[in-house]
Amino acid sequence: MISQSETGNRTRSAKRSGEIDESGKAARSSTPTMYAPRFDIAETSSEFTMFGDLPGVAPDQLEIHVDQRELTIVGKVAPREHSERFLYSEYGIGDFRRSFTLDEIIDGQAIKAELANGVLVLHLPKIPEVKPRRIEVKAG
Amino acid sequence: MLAKRWQPFAEMTREIDRLQAEMGALFHGQGAATTRPRGRGSFPALNVWDDENALFVEGELPGLELADIEIHVTRDNQLSIRGTRKAPDVEEGAWYRRERGFGEFARVVSLPYDVDPDAVSAELKLGILQIVLPKRAEIRPRRIEVKAG
Repeated sequence: MISQSETGNRTRSAKRSGEIDESGKAARSSTPTMYAPRFDIAETSSEFTMFGDLPGVAPDQLEIHVDQRELTIVGKVAPREHSERFLYSEYGIGDFRRSFTLDEIIDGQAIKAELANGVLVLHLPKIPEVKPRRIEVKAG
Repeated sequence: MLAKRWQPFAEMTREIDRLQAEMGALFHGQGAATTRPRGRGSFPALNVWDDENALFVEGELPGLELADIEIHVTRDNQLSIRGTRKAPDVEEGAWYRRERGFGEFARVVSLPYDVDPDAVSAELKLGILQIVLPKRAEIRPRRIEVKAG
């Protein structure tokens, strides 16, 4: 129904080894790092609902496009103000990007999005014809 | 806990542990998500840095409110962050893909030097938690005035 059309993106859990050079300074000014945000997807009879973790992305820094059947989510994260020298670093900072291929049953024109506290919620309604219908059986 | 410098092999070990956990989850039939949440000991992932006056701890906690998080600093310089991340309610239907983690989390970090526990502050913006731990006055660098003789 919804398949991930880009693979090979790093997930947020693992910091890229090339991101910090030996002096401990982030090298992302020259090569910006993109992370694939984690998503949960639920399916109900009327829609697909996607929940994505995009910490640090403000609503005006989020772009969502549907091109043909391809849904692309790009979230820009503001660079941190502090010096880039970490005492301890478990995650890298960078922008988010992920694409999904939408099935024909999704109405690409009717997708709605909300972003709150770093969580994106996308509502992808199904085209009405494919909603399950109860077929009345008449007694003969 | 606080490493003084970046340790590439520690990170590699963590990654291997994570992969093994994912493989285990797959073989136990708990779904086919490729990015399972890591153990409860490592959420949220943290970045730590400092300047002359304070130590800063930042973590990604999307979907949480500050009221959902308990932050404590003990007298022996342990910072603890705990809370619960609630899963969204979906009344009907089925999960098609689950990559995000939910439930209780707790992390304890040993701080590298004395901070002032009464002056610790925290804010949560856009799902990013930032804790500011001011250093005790005794350990802040002081400028020593040199008088002309």
